[in-house]
Amino acid sequence: MNSRRTEIWGWSFLLPALVLLGLFMIYPILSSLWLSLHSGKGMNLSFAGAANITRLIDDPVFFRALSNTLLFLVVQVPIMIFLALIFAVALNDRALWGRAWFRTAIFLPCVTSLVTYSVLFKSMFAYDGVVNDTLLLLNIVDLPIPWLTDPGWARVVIIIAITWRWTGYNMIFFLAALQNIDRSIYEQARIDGVPAYARLVRLTMPMLKPIILFLFIISTIGTLQLFDEVMNITEGGPADATLTLSLYIYNLTFKFMPSYGYAATVSYVIVLLVAILSWIQFRIAKDS
Amino acid sequence: MTLSARLLRATTYAGLGFASLLSVFPFYWMLVSMTNSAVQVANGKLTFGNQFLANVQELFASVDMLRVLFNSAVVAVVGTVLTIAISSAAGYGFEIFRSRFKDRIFALLLLMLSVPFAAMMIPLFVMFAQAGLMNSFTAILLPGVASIFIVFYFRQATKAFPHELRDAARIDGLNEWQIFLRIYLPVMKSTYAAATVIVFMANWNAYLWPLIVLQTNDMKTITLVVSSLVSAYNPNYGVVSVAAVIATLPTCFVFFLLQRSFVEGLTGGVK
Repeated sequence: MNSRRTEIWGWSFLLPALVLLGLFMIYPILSSLWLSLHSGKGMNLSFAGAANITRLIDDPVFFRALSNTLLFLVVQVPIMIFLALIFAVALNDRALWGRAWFRTAIFLPCVTSLVTYSVLFKSMFAYDGVVNDTLLLLNIVDLPIPWLTDPGWARVVIIIAITWRWTGYNMIFFLAALQNIDRSIYEQARIDGVPAYARLVRLTMPMLKPIILFLFIISTIGTLQLFDEVMNITEGGPADATLTLSLYIYNLTFKFMPSYGYAATVSYVIVLLVAILSWIQFRIAKDS
Repeated sequence: MTLSARLLRATTYAGLGFASLLSVFPFYWMLVSMTNSAVQVANGKLTFGNQFLANVQELFASVDMLRVLFNSAVVAVVGTVLTIAISSAAGYGFEIFRSRFKDRIFALLLLMLSVPFAAMMIPLFVMFAQAGLMNSFTAILLPGVASIFIVFYFRQATKAFPHELRDAARIDGLNEWQIFLRIYLPVMKSTYAAATVIVFMANWNAYLWPLIVLQTNDMKTITLVVSSLVSAYNPNYGVVSVAAVIATLPTCFVFFLLQRSFVEGLTGGVK
């Protein structure tokens, strides 16, 4: 078969996907960038140059959403990845009784949709709800915690919720990677008297570095887009304490008087953050 | 066994047991709440009650559940079939018919994998509004059927597809699409199973885009119904829990039926 015919056959496989991606991905991404240079209400847009960026700098709600998003990122992602690693290492031990059960249980939250589990968490963390009941019963607190009405506690609920949903997911990646590590290395280390925590830090973690980097990057991208949970558990409240960038963009576009140009500007802040953070994480992984 | 080893062992079991308990508890909570009244759920009642039928009745009285489930099924099933068809063909094409130009396009696509949906949402919304396609299955499905992630997934998997099979099929006179449909597809069954699980879950659970596009009650999916039930001023969590269970059953079913493919699907992209 000559190469020109092969070439034509080849494109016939790619064309449907490429046309759709061009139309529903590349065009919107570029169009957003173009929109961010415009301002106005609804579709009555006029060219505004850098006006949206000036508005961004003067917008306290934007900075609130940005700092909330970064807070979730900095606090939640490391906790989750650390827990996932610990669980995976524990479950990788073949002598452990009931490991299939533990694994399934910890992974189970992944079958729920983001909306469904958000709704469950909202009801569990109600003021008279089951979480406060349990804490009171065990004498951990004297008074019920105002989980959803106090800005600080509302953030804690969001962090707990995301950790519940995603730790098992991250754990599965670690388990898959651990299965590829030669067990005799551990046997030798154990015989040499290397304690458990040192085996974790000196042996396991360096070998898992690519996976840790990968999980940090996908978690970063996921957290920067956090929407379903804050929309359904707290609606961004109280007092914007859990407002994220994605929720702010949604509000700017569909809840308040629509300002597409400004919303597009905020969306490019997320694009920029993803790019910068991924780059930093790659650099850190390279250097160490 | 030394003392410290025993201690470590005990801590491990305690830790894993506690984590498992916390992981499973919300499922128990969902099932229990389904059988309790709004007040009982709000007060944290932990035992099964007798309000199940009343909750089901109220849910079906306030929401046209058959219609909602039909909508969800259409979105999930049609969306999954189209996504897998279009994206697997592209993944196959990128790997089998490699050229420098195609590799560049592929690199560009990978770069876009990390562009957040928020940066596309507004133009997409404007586009479908201007085309008069709001509130339709077309608007829900079309932006997602070419999935860069699934294209990538199939390209990686295609590396393991034996060349000899393709060469033999060519000698037998099959054209390229016949090779894809009759040889590649059956050979790659497990890849297709894993991809199907990922895409089905994503479509069934989709929230933000449907929330933007679907405006009338007769078009809503189960995910949107759960969300709108709970955003009411004084939500009845007994009723919400019934809807939540209905929303979770299909994905639970898929999970336990295809547990292997499910896990493979999640981790497959990075192996």
